[in-house]
Amino acid sequence: MNSDGAPIQLRSRAEALAARLPPLLVAAQHLAQSVELGEHGRRQSGQGEAFWQFRRAQPGDPSHRIDWRRSARSDRHYVQEKEWQAAHSVQIWVDPSASLAFTSNPKLPEKRAQAQIIALALASLLLSGGERVGLLGSALTPGRGQLTLSRMADQMLRTDAPLRDVFAVPRARQVVFSDFLGPLDSTRDFLHAAQGRGQRGVLFQVLDPMEEVFPFHGRVLFQDVGGVLRHDTREAGDLRDRYLDRLAQRKAELSEIAKRAGWRFHSYHTQDPASAALLWLWNAIGGPR
Amino acid sequence: MSVVGIGFTTPLLLLGLLALPVIWWLLRAVPPAPRKQVFPAVTLLLGLEDKTVQADRTPWWLLLLRLLAVAAIIIGFAGPVLNPDTAPGRSGRLLIFVDDYWPAGSDWSQRMQVIETRLERAQVAARPVTLVLASSVGRTDVDQDTVWQTADAWQSALPGQSPVAWDVPYAVTKDWAQAQGSADVLWISDGVARAGRTDLIAYFEQMGVLEVLEPPSARIGILPAILDGGDLVLSVLSTGPAPATELTVEALGPDPEGIERVLLSAPVSFDIGANRVELRLTVPSELRNRIDRLQIADHRAAGAITLADDSLRRRRVALMNTVGEREGLELLSPLHYLREALVTTAETVELPALSELIKAGPDVIILPDVANFSDSDRAALTEWVTEGGLLLRFAGPQLASSDLGQGEEDTLLPVRLRAGGRVVGGAMSWGDPRALAPFTEESPFYGLPVPDDVQIEAQILAQPGPDLAERTIATLSDGTPIVTRRALGAGQVVLFHVSANAEWSSLPFSGLFVQMLERLAVSSQGSTRDGVTLEGTTWVATHILDGFGQLSPQDAVAGVPGPKLADPAGPDHAPGLYADEDRVQAVNVLRADSVLERAEWPARLAPSWQVEETQQEFGPWVLALALALGALDVLLTLWLAGRLLPTARRVAAGVVTGLFLLASSQSVDAQSDTPPSVLDAASIVTLAHVKSGDPAVDQVAQAGLLGLSDQLFLRTSVEPARPVGVDVEVDDLSVYPLLYWPLTDMTPIPSPDATLRLKRYLAAGGLILFDTRDAGAGGNSPASRRLRAVALPLNLPLLDQVPHDHVLTRSFYLLQEFPGRNRGPVWAEAPPPNAERAEGMPFRNLNDGVTPVIVGGNDWASAWAIREDGRPMFPVGRGQAGERQREMAVRFGINLVMHVLTGNYKSDQVHVPALLERLGE
Repeated sequence: MNSDGAPIQLRSRAEALAARLPPLLVAAQHLAQSVELGEHGRRQSGQGEAFWQFRRAQPGDPSHRIDWRRSARSDRHYVQEKEWQAAHSVQIWVDPSASLAFTSNPKLPEKRAQAQIIALALASLLLSGGERVGLLGSALTPGRGQLTLSRMADQMLRTDAPLRDVFAVPRARQVVFSDFLGPLDSTRDFLHAAQGRGQRGVLFQVLDPMEEVFPFHGRVLFQDVGGVLRHDTREAGDLRDRYLDRLAQRKAELSEIAKRAGWRFHSYHTQDPASAALLWLWNAIGGPR
Repeated sequence: MSVVGIGFTTPLLLLGLLALPVIWWLLRAVPPAPRKQVFPAVTLLLGLEDKTVQADRTPWWLLLLRLLAVAAIIIGFAGPVLNPDTAPGRSGRLLIFVDDYWPAGSDWSQRMQVIETRLERAQVAARPVTLVLASSVGRTDVDQDTVWQTADAWQSALPGQSPVAWDVPYAVTKDWAQAQGSADVLWISDGVARAGRTDLIAYFEQMGVLEVLEPPSARIGILPAILDGGDLVLSVLSTGPAPATELTVEALGPDPEGIERVLLSAPVSFDIGANRVELRLTVPSELRNRIDRLQIADHRAAGAITLADDSLRRRRVALMNTVGEREGLELLSPLHYLREALVTTAETVELPALSELIKAGPDVIILPDVANFSDSDRAALTEWVTEGGLLLRFAGPQLASSDLGQGEEDTLLPVRLRAGGRVVGGAMSWGDPRALAPFTEESPFYGLPVPDDVQIEAQILAQPGPDLAERTIATLSDGTPIVTRRALGAGQVVLFHVSANAEWSSLPFSGLFVQMLERLAVSSQGSTRDGVTLEGTTWVATHILDGFGQLSPQDAVAGVPGPKLADPAGPDHAPGLYADEDRVQAVNVLRADSVLERAEWPARLAPSWQVEETQQEFGPWVLALALALGALDVLLTLWLAGRLLPTARRVAAGVVTGLFLLASSQSVDAQSDTPPSVLDAASIVTLAHVKSGDPAVDQVAQAGLLGLSDQLFLRTSVEPARPVGVDVEVDDLSVYPLLYWPLTDMTPIPSPDATLRLKRYLAAGGLILFDTRDAGAGGNSPASRRLRAVALPLNLPLLDQVPHDHVLTRSFYLLQEFPGRNRGPVWAEAPPPNAERAEGMPFRNLNDGVTPVIVGGNDWASAWAIREDGRPMFPVGRGQAGERQREMAVRFGINLVMHVLTGNYKSDQVHVPALLERLGE
């Protein structure tokens, strides 16, 4: 049955996913437009569109690069230099694990959906700034243009690649979206390797408000999204303080390891406005000094 | 089982309450179920230990709530009953003894309801029951065998019972009571003192437990009116306590057009503590002579009505005064004795001229010794007699000396006369004065005693002839006629062959003269009546009162000997109007000397009266309480588990939505409840019922037609609109194909105008289904009587039981009978007598003519009736057979509507062979 049904199943799943694409993209682009684009040049001459400076033609400069209009005003020959606009590569990873498929309130988006929207919005913003954007952990290497955004969105919905340094582009910036509620070992290893490659980036934690507040009391049987892990308590209210302690500890630890690798850490709740998160990300990534 | 006024139908179930402690323990032992919560951060929780364990047990108040709910369920199913029926003697035979004399008539239907309630109880207890009507005990013309039957058999016989119109002492004997064997007795008393009650109590108490039911309201009766001077004097009796409302006495009689109406009415009220009130009515004599009966308004009992007869009427007698104002000779005047005889019992007019006498409009004209008239007077007098007048003539010297009626028969004389007179006892004769012979049976004077001292000295002789014997109504002892009579047109001519004064005979002196005049209806009888004056007469009932005070005409009934009428009314001469030739005598329920007193009961038998059933089952309420407690438990459990708030919001939304839907559906209902206009009824087939005057019956009729409409909608192409109730007095009937008319004893009789409309409706093809709802219990149920009153003026064709080949049996379904909730005969227009069986068909050729009415007592509406939710409103019969009967009732309804809508379409099948034959050619 699998042999017959698999392609069809795959396709129907793909179509179901693709159906979500345009709204996802629209939402992402809408979000991206809310961020004002600032200065973007590299502040040095190089490949680019914008004028940077004139310099005297040196031997070896091809003659077609001589700016005749400037040269005619003097006896020397000048060559027009453009500002260097060579794009940075940014690689994005959104945690595919099941624990992100959760929301405490039907009115709030799922953690994963919110992470994907923010990620795509960031990608859209970066692409319109001329950067190269790709997905970490998949074969979709950083590229340019709106097509890349579509591909990214498509790939993001179907990939379940873990956080590894496969296909990691050297010197690329990396943005990792996750709730960081699982074991931190893989994160720590990844950061260690990234530090070694000279890659920098951002750890972006997405949490549901319920995970921040823990509004339970009475007898509760907690289980994770997959139903694998369970925790039975007779008085949930009693656990609240200790849980919040652990959560704070987790955040502190993440912040610590990020700092050690030269990365930045941010915690975000799904009920907060996404544009603020995007602005923070833009400043953390797009504003390299 | 009964505890402080609460009983249980299945008390054994209460043992379940013993299980409550176990449930308590179980509920305490089991902690509340955990609530499952998906929580991605569960990894952070792993390894955290609970510090306290306080919520593992259900709180005590929640436990208590649940136990209460369980207890309520147990108690609810045990069938709790408030004020349980703890009547004594709940088993064994039950004899229901019903006073059915006239005082029971005014609240007869209430009594029947009470009996029905008791019968239902007896049915539950499976007691053999017999129903004994007090009036039937000891009568020779009624079967005296007591029938012990199941209660439901008696229930179906109840509607046919009605009170009798008289009141006689109890006829129950010790032998009769002993013949019944042992039984509990339920005595439905009418509350009026009656001879024999004490004995009856003793007999019944020997038989078993005696319970007496008696309505507390007073019985009202009216005594016959007496003429005192020109005034009517009548007395109203009450068993007291006097009714709070003022009573109205009405006098009814024909108005000048002959239509019966209330001629006068007068209020009457009892003084406090008084049981009798006297009323004096001053009435003009013209009005008084028209009074047929006096009754207490709105009081349906035979004793609350008194019939007027000749004793209230005064004949107008015209005397021809030939003597004039002559002085002296007063005692010799022929008019003197007539005047004396008539002065108290008739109105007399004395005039000298015959033409003026006739103009005075008298009932009787008396001509004392008048021989000759002018031709015009003769013609006028002949015409007057022919139209119904009574001409009374006396002989005398003038008549004897004239040759009147001697040669040939005179129209104004009964017989031919011989010339000259005959003197039998005078000084110049040989013979002795002759006495009167006893009256023969054919004579109107039969039975009157002949006094010895009446002597006839002279007379006019009649010419012998073939007619003489039959025209003679009194003779002398030698056989010669002394009074002769002959009919002339509608009236008659009577001749006394003696003079009206004392010259020829001593007859005018005697009391016999007065009695003879009375017998001839010249004068009315006095208010005192005795067997002597009635001796020898035979009276035939023309109108009979029933127990409800309804006067109905009778014909072809056996006569009653006169002296019997002087006795109080009884089974052999029911109250009513009796006639003997021109005289009318009323036999009233209450006589002038009757009394009406309250029945006295021993203290141990204090009678009670409970019309409505006090026994109330409240099991459903307890179960509802259990449900409410359960719902509360759900809410509290949710609240305990912290899940109440989001749920509550959803519940609230649901409630709001539900309310909205409810409101919108109600508004839709409100629209459909508006009565359809005549225009709607004209465009869509609409069934209609005639309002019966009883709201409960109308409601059932409405529900019944609704059920029938639904079934028509389901099964046929007839898709009727919502049925309507119509008032025959105001509504336009022509748009309704079928009128269902349930009859009660309160159904108003249509006015002449409405009757005309109904006639037109029937003539235009409408059909009325009359339903007396009494299972066709014979002609004497109140509804049947009302049906006769309603249908009489409609000029209905001859009715017959629906024949087996009537088109009603096959207009849609094939039916053999037409049951409703009852199974009784159904009547429709009789088939033409010359109908013959069609060739090759199992039915006769009955083409043409939809029956205008169908009459039955099967209470169809109850069988059709459905509630708003579509379930049947009343049970029909028992079990499967009952459902079958209901189905048959519905089929009858469908056949009926089809018959109305398609006429005799189905009857045309008789032509099918002929059509086929023609097609074959």
